[in-house]
Amino acid sequence: MVLLKDKGLKNKNALFFSYFLAALFLFLLALLFGIIGAFQYIVPGLFKDGLSFEKIRPLHVSSAVFWIILGACGTVSYYLHTLRQGLWSLRLLRLQWYLMATAILFILMSYMAGIFGGREYWEFHPVLAVPIALAWLLFLINIFASVKIFRRQPVYIWMWLTGVVFFFYTYMESYLWLIPSFRANVVQDMTIQWKSYGSMVGGWNMLIYGSGICLMDKISGNEKYSRSKMAFALYFLGLFNLMFNWGHHIYTLPVPKYIQYISYSVSMTELLLLGRIIYYWRGSLTTAQKHYHLLAYRFLFAADLWVFLTLMLAIAMSVPAINRYTHGTHITVAHTMGATIGINSLMLLSFVMDIAAIGSEKIKRQISRALYMAVGALLVFWLSLILAGITKAYWQMHPEGVPFSTMMQKLRPYFIVFLLSGISLASALIYIISHVLSVLCIRIGCVFPRIEEK
Amino acid sequence: MRPDQKKLILLFSLVSLFICYSFYLYQPGLDRQHLPSAIADKGKKIWQEKNCAACHQIYGLGGYLGPDLTNIYSTRTRAHIRAFLKSGTSIMPDFKLSDEEITQLTAYLQSIDATGVAAPHQLKVNNDGTLER
Repeated sequence: MVLLKDKGLKNKNALFFSYFLAALFLFLLALLFGIIGAFQYIVPGLFKDGLSFEKIRPLHVSSAVFWIILGACGTVSYYLHTLRQGLWSLRLLRLQWYLMATAILFILMSYMAGIFGGREYWEFHPVLAVPIALAWLLFLINIFASVKIFRRQPVYIWMWLTGVVFFFYTYMESYLWLIPSFRANVVQDMTIQWKSYGSMVGGWNMLIYGSGICLMDKISGNEKYSRSKMAFALYFLGLFNLMFNWGHHIYTLPVPKYIQYISYSVSMTELLLLGRIIYYWRGSLTTAQKHYHLLAYRFLFAADLWVFLTLMLAIAMSVPAINRYTHGTHITVAHTMGATIGINSLMLLSFVMDIAAIGSEKIKRQISRALYMAVGALLVFWLSLILAGITKAYWQMHPEGVPFSTMMQKLRPYFIVFLLSGISLASALIYIISHVLSVLCIRIGCVFPRIEEK
Repeated sequence: MRPDQKKLILLFSLVSLFICYSFYLYQPGLDRQHLPSAIADKGKKIWQEKNCAACHQIYGLGGYLGPDLTNIYSTRTRAHIRAFLKSGTSIMPDFKLSDEEITQLTAYLQSIDATGVAAPHQLKVNNDGTLER
C-alpha cells in the first residue's frame, strides 16, 4: 500500500493523512482490545492461556495512547503546514512517521509475545522507547523550525511549542528508573513515575487543546480569541497545572507532605477553568448553533461537555480528603476514560473531520447520529465506572474482612453495564472511524474506498 | 517593554520553578530508610517482566482485576504467597516461575511492605482537607 510516497498520490496532503490513517487504525485496535478486556472482567480467566489480561491491558492502553500521539502529531503538522507558513521539513515528518510506525508495530508485537516494560500504566520494553524518543525529537525540531518567528504568536503556537518540549522531557523522565539509584526505593520510584506520567498527559493535552483553538480560529475566521489575554491566562494556568498538579496520584503514598500541599493548592486553580467554562456556556451554545452545520464543530462541542464533566471529577479527586475514597477505585478509570475518549478522542476526531472535509450530507447525518450515540453510551459507561468505584471505595474504607473476590462479585452488575455501554460506544466510534477512513483513503488515492462521496 | 516580554518572563519563571522542583525530587533521600536488597531488586525486575501491575496495585496504583499487594507480605504467610506465585489462580496465569524467581519476587513484596501501610481508612483527614499518616 502506497502511503508515504508523494509521487503518484492524488492528494498533496497524503503524508499528513498517513498519520491519521495510522492513528485511526490504532484507535480501532484500542476499542477492540478494550472490549476484550471488558469481557475478561465478566468472564474471569477468559483467554487466560493465550491472551490474558496482562497482555490485553497494555495492548489497549498503548493503542489508545499512540492514537492520541499520532493524531496530535498529524494535526499540529497539518495545521502548521496549511494554516501557517508551512512545515519546515516534510522529509523529517516522513522519517518520524516511519520511526513511530515501526516502533508501534514492534511494541504491539512484543506484548503478544509476553515482553513488557512492566510500568504502570503506559509501558513497553525500554529498547523500544528509543525510536519513539528519536521520532519525538525529530518532531520537536520540525515544529520549532517551522514556527521560525517567536514573537506575537497566537496562543496555540505557545501551546504546541511547550507541549512538544514537555512531552519529550517527561517521556525521558519516565525512564529514569533505568538508573539504579532512581529505582532503588519503591516510593521514590513511584513518585517520579507519576510525576512524569501526570505531566506527560498535560504535554499531549497542550498539543490537542492548542489544535482545538487553531480549529476554532479557522471556523470563526478570526484570531480574536487565540490572541486574547484570557487565552494566554488560561494557557499559563494550564501550564502551571501540568508542572505541579500531578501529586494527586500519590496522596496516599508515604511521601513528604509538601508534595500534597503543592499539588492540592495548584489543582484548586483549576476551579478557575471550571468557572470560565460555566460562564461561557451560553456563549458557546450560541456559537454551536451558529456553526451547527459543521461536523468538526459538533465533535468539538461534544468534547466541551466532557471537559466540564472530567474537570469536575478531577477537581474532586484533587482534594486529598476525597482522594482518600477515590484512589485505587474505578473512579480513577472513569476520569481517564472521560479524558481520553470524551475529550482527547472527540477533539482529534473533530480535527480529522475538518481535515477530511466530508462533502456528502448523507454521510454527515450518519456521522452525527453515531456521535450522539457515542456520547450517550460514554455517559452510561462513565457512570457505571463511577458507581463501581463508589462500591469499591466503601469496601476500602470499611475493611470488615470481606475478601477482594467477594467485593468484585458485588461489582459485577456495574461491569455488565460497563461492557454493554462499552460495546455501544465502540460500535458508534467504529462506524465513525470507518467512514473517515474511507474518505481519507479516497483523498490519499489508496486502496478499497468503501463509500463514494457525492 | 517588548511584546511578549511579560509572557516570556512568566514562562521562564515557571520553567525554572519546575526544574528546581524536579531536581529536588530526583535527589536520593525521599525515603532512604527503605532501600531494597539486591534480591528484592531482582524481584522487581520479575514484577515488571511479568507485567504484574496490569492486574495488581501498589499503594492503589496499578490494575483493578486483582487485589492491592502493598501489604500482602505482612497479611499473608510466606507459604501462602509462594503457593499463589507457583501455580496462579483461576484468573491469574501460571507464570512458570522457578523457585529462585519466587524467592526474589517474595523479597520484592517484602520490601514494598516495609515502606508503609496502604490502607486508606487509616489515613487521618486534617481540617484543611489534607491527609495525615
